[in-house]
Amino acid sequence: MAAVTQDTAVSTGRITRTFIYVVLIVFALFYLLPLYVMGVNSVKPLAEITGGNMMALPQTWTIEPWLSAWSTAQIGVEPTGLKPYFLNSLLMVVPAVAISTVVGALNGYVLTKWRFRGDTWVFGLMLFSCFIPFQIVLIPMAVVLGKLGLAGSVPGLVLVHVVYGIGFTTLYYRNYYAAFPTELVRAAMMDGAGFFQIFWRIMLPVSGPITVVSVIWQFTNIWNDFLFGASFGGTSQPMTVALNNLVQSSTGVKEYNVHFAGAILAALPTLFVYIVAGRYFVRGLMAGSVKG
Amino acid sequence: MATSVTADFRTRLQDWLPKVVLAPSFAVILLFVYGFIAFTVVLSFTGSKMLPKWDFIGFENYAKLFALQHWSTAVTNLAIFATLYIVICTLVGLALAIFLDQKIRGEGLLRPIYLYPMALSFIVTGTAWKWFLDPGIGLEKTMRLWGWESFSFTWIKDNDMAIYTIVIAAVWQTSGFVMAMFLAGLRGIDNEILKAAQIDGASNWQLYRRIVIPLLRPAFLSAFVILFHLAIKSYDLVVALTGGGPGRSTEMPATFMYSYTFTRNQMGIGASSAVIMLMTIAAIMIPYLYSELKEKK
Amino acid sequence: MKSMMKGFASAMALTVGLTAHAQAADVEVLHWWTSGGEAAALNVLKEDLATKSIGWVDMPVAGGGGEAAMTALRARVTAGDPPTAVQMLGFDIQDWAAEGALGNLDDVAAAEGWDAVIPEALQRFSKYDGHWIAAPVNVHSTNWVWINKAALDAAGGKAPETWEELVAVLDAMKANGITPLGHGGQPWQDATVFDGIVLGMGTDFYKAAFIDLDPAALGGEQMAEAFNRLMKLRTYVDDNFSGRDWNLASAMVINGEAGMQMMGDWAKGEFLKAGKVPGADFVCIRFPGSQGAVTFNSDQFAMFNVTGDDKIAAQKAMASAIESPTFQSAFNVVKGSVPARTDVSNEAFDDCGKKGMADLAEAAGSGKLMGSMAHGHAAPAAVKNATYDVITAAFNGEYADGAAAAAALAEAVAAAQ
Repeated sequence: MAAVTQDTAVSTGRITRTFIYVVLIVFALFYLLPLYVMGVNSVKPLAEITGGNMMALPQTWTIEPWLSAWSTAQIGVEPTGLKPYFLNSLLMVVPAVAISTVVGALNGYVLTKWRFRGDTWVFGLMLFSCFIPFQIVLIPMAVVLGKLGLAGSVPGLVLVHVVYGIGFTTLYYRNYYAAFPTELVRAAMMDGAGFFQIFWRIMLPVSGPITVVSVIWQFTNIWNDFLFGASFGGTSQPMTVALNNLVQSSTGVKEYNVHFAGAILAALPTLFVYIVAGRYFVRGLMAGSVKG
Repeated sequence: MATSVTADFRTRLQDWLPKVVLAPSFAVILLFVYGFIAFTVVLSFTGSKMLPKWDFIGFENYAKLFALQHWSTAVTNLAIFATLYIVICTLVGLALAIFLDQKIRGEGLLRPIYLYPMALSFIVTGTAWKWFLDPGIGLEKTMRLWGWESFSFTWIKDNDMAIYTIVIAAVWQTSGFVMAMFLAGLRGIDNEILKAAQIDGASNWQLYRRIVIPLLRPAFLSAFVILFHLAIKSYDLVVALTGGGPGRSTEMPATFMYSYTFTRNQMGIGASSAVIMLMTIAAIMIPYLYSELKEKK
Repeated sequence: MKSMMKGFASAMALTVGLTAHAQAADVEVLHWWTSGGEAAALNVLKEDLATKSIGWVDMPVAGGGGEAAMTALRARVTAGDPPTAVQMLGFDIQDWAAEGALGNLDDVAAAEGWDAVIPEALQRFSKYDGHWIAAPVNVHSTNWVWINKAALDAAGGKAPETWEELVAVLDAMKANGITPLGHGGQPWQDATVFDGIVLGMGTDFYKAAFIDLDPAALGGEQMAEAFNRLMKLRTYVDDNFSGRDWNLASAMVINGEAGMQMMGDWAKGEFLKAGKVPGADFVCIRFPGSQGAVTFNSDQFAMFNVTGDDKIAAQKAMASAIESPTFQSAFNVVKGSVPARTDVSNEAFDDCGKKGMADLAEAAGSGKLMGSMAHGHAAPAAVKNATYDVITAAFNGEYADGAAAAAALAEAVAAAQ
C-alpha cells in the first residue's frame, strides 16, 4: 500500500527507513560542518579563535569582523573592505551570464532543430572547450585581449567568461531541446514562422528549467573565478581577488574572524542562488544534461 | 513573379540564418580554444622562459619534463586522486540520490544542504577545510578538548596521507552535485517498469541492481565526464588546502604546470606539461564524445 | 595693454592646461601589500604623491609571496598594457629588465645621488646594464632568531653564538618540556632556516654555494654538514609544523609554547603587536655563527615602460618619492624592515630596528651583505625553486643523510640553470 504514496514505487520497511534517515542526516552534518566552523568563528573575537576550541560557540559574540570585512578591512592601499569589489563582480557577472545563456540557447536551438551537415562535429568541437584547463589559455588570452584593447577592463573579463561558458550552455540547451518534439517546430515552419519567431514563441516558453541550470552554473563559475579576475581584471578586480587579498595577506597579523566573515560574504550571492533556485536545479538537470 | 523571388530570398535566408547564428560562437571557440591549444603546443617546443620566445629547441622540454621527479609525483598523485575522487563521489552521490528518492520528509531542506558546497569558491572551501583538518586547531584538538585524549587525525601533515585530505575536501565539494544528477536520472525512470518488476517478486536490492542502475547509464556517464575533467583541472583546491605540501607531496599536474609557467620562469616546460594534460583529457573525452554523438544520429 | 592681457590669458590657459595634464597622469601600482600595517605604510607614499597631483590607481593582488601578482603582471605585459610600477623582488627585476620591459630612472638617480646612498648589494638588483630600473623600498634581513626570554632563561640564559651552543639551548628547552623550535613547514620557511645555517658556516661558503652556484660547494662535504644540521633542527620541531603560517609559529614563541623561531625581521611586528618588549620578553639575535653578516631581501618598485611624457613624469616623481628619506623612515618603521638607503636617521626606529640598521651598514661595508637564497636574492627563480625542492624534501626526511641531500642539491641546481 505504501508504494502508492511513493514516487519510486519502491517500498521500504521501518528499519530500512530509519537507517536511511540516519545516513542522510549524517551526510547533511558532514556537508554543513565547514560552514558551521566558518560561521561560528566569524562572530568570535580574535583571541578566542587562536586560543580556543574551533567548534565552541563564542563566549563573547561580536559582529565586528563582519563589519570590518564589508567596509573597513584593508584590501589594497585603502581600507575599503569588500564593498566596492562586490559591485565590480556584479558588473561582470550579470552581462557574462546573460550573454552566454542567450548564445547557448540559440546554439542549442540551431543544433537540434536546424540541423545541417557536420553539425555533430561542430557541437563536438564546442563541447571539448569545457575541458580545457584555464591556466593554459592565460598567456595567449592576454595577447588577444591586448590586441582588442580590452585588457584590464570589465568588457574584457565578460568576453573571457562568455567564451569559456559557451561550451557548457550550448551543451545544456542542446540536450534539453533534443527532447523537445521536432514535429511542433516543423508544423510552425509550415505555417510560415521564421527562425527567430519559432525560437521566441515555441522554444523559449518551455526553456524555464534548463535556463535555471544554465544560469546557476554560469553564475557560480564566473562569480567564483579567481585566475581570470586577477589576471585581466585590471583596476576593476572582482570580489574573489579582493577576498584573496584579505585572506592571503603576506606579512601581517592574520585576523581569522574577518577572513571567515569575508569568505561567507563573498559566497552569499552564490549560496542565495543555490538555495532559491535549487529545487528547479534538479528538475532542470532531469530534463537536460543527464538524459544526454 | 516578384513574390516568388522574395519567397526564394526568404527561404535562402532561413537556410543561412541558423548557420549565421552559430558561426560567431564557433569562430570564437576555434580561436580561443583550438588556436590557444595550438599556441601552447608550439610554445612547448621553444626555450621560452619568462615570456613566449620563438627559439625552437625540439623535444628538449619534454625530455626535461619526464626527467623531473616532480612531474612523476604529480602524475602519481593525480592517478590516486582521480580514482578515489571519481569512485567515492559516484558512490556517495548515488547512495544519497537513492535514499533521497524514498519519499523522504524534509527532502526540500536536505537537497540544498547537499548542493551548497558546489556554490562556494575554492578560497572559501580551502580556508575552511585547512582549518578543520589542522590537528592543532581543528578536528583533532576539538576531539581532545571533548575528552577523547588519544584521538589522532594528522593526515594533512603527513607526506603519505595528505593527498587523501584533498580527496575528502573535493568529495565534499562535488558529491552533492553528482547526487543531483543521479536524482534527476532516478526521477526520470518510469514507475511502471519498477511496479512490474515488484509484481514479479523482485526485492529492493535486485530492483536497484538489475533495473534502476542500468537505467541510470546516461547519468553515470555525465557524472564521470564532469568528475574526470574536474580531477584533471584540480588546481584551486590543492593550492588553497595544502599549497602542494607537505614538501611536494600533493603536487598535481595542474599546479605543476602553473608553477613552471608563471613562478619558475620555465614557460617551455610548463607548456609541455600542459600538452601532456590536454592529451590525457583528449584520450578520455574524444572516444566518449564520439560514442555519445554517434548514437544520437 | 590689450595684447598684454591676451598674453596673460594665454599664459594662464597654458598653466591650467599643464596642471590638468599633470593631474591626468596617474601611477598604476601592482603590489601585494594588503595586510593592515603594510597597506597603511604604502598609503604614506600615495598621499605624498597626491600632494604633487599624481593620482594612485591601486591594483593589489595578494597570494603566495607575490606569485599571483607576478601572474597578473605577465598577463598585463603580454597584453601590452603594463602597470606603472610593480612591487618586485630580486631576480624578477633583472629578468624583466632582460626582457626589455622596464623603463629608465637614470636622471632621477643621478639628480638625487642614489649611487652613493644605496648599498651596492641592492644596486645589483635595482640596476641593469648600468641603468637604474627600480626604486628599492626597504631591506629585510632574514638571518634572525627570535627567542622567548623566559624559555631562554630556563635553558641557561645565554643567547647561543655558535652552532654547538644553539644545539645545547635547544636540548635544554626540549628537556624543559616545550617545543624548542617554532616553525612552519612551508618551502620558503624551510629555506629561510637553511639560509641561516649555510651563512652560519661562513660567508665565503654561502657566497660560493648560493651566489656563485659553485657545484663543488653545492654538492660538497660542507653542504652535507649543512643538511645534517637542517635535519638535526627538524628533531626540535613539533609534529604539527607542516603548512603552518609563519605568524602562527611566532605566536608559539610569544606565548612560550615554543622556545625560538628562525625568521626574518618581519616577525618582530608579531611580537610588538602582542605587547612584548625587546630584551625583556624576547631576544633577537643573528643566526648563530652568522654574526656580522646579513642575508637580505629587498622590496623594490620596478618601473615599467610606459608611454606618454606625462606618465613618465609621474613615474619618475614616484621613484623620487620612494627614495625620499621621510618616506623611507615612515614606511620602514611600520613594516619592520630597515631603509634601503643607509643615510636615513634611525631616530624613529626601536632597538631591534636600530640594530638592524647598524648591522646592515656594517655588513655592507665589509662585503658580508648577501642576497638571501630563500627570498630570491641569491639566484634566479628557477634555481631558487630547485633549492626549495631539495631543502623541503631534506627537512621532511626524504634523504638518507646530508651527503645524499647535497648531491641532490647540486644536481637540481645544475638542471635548473
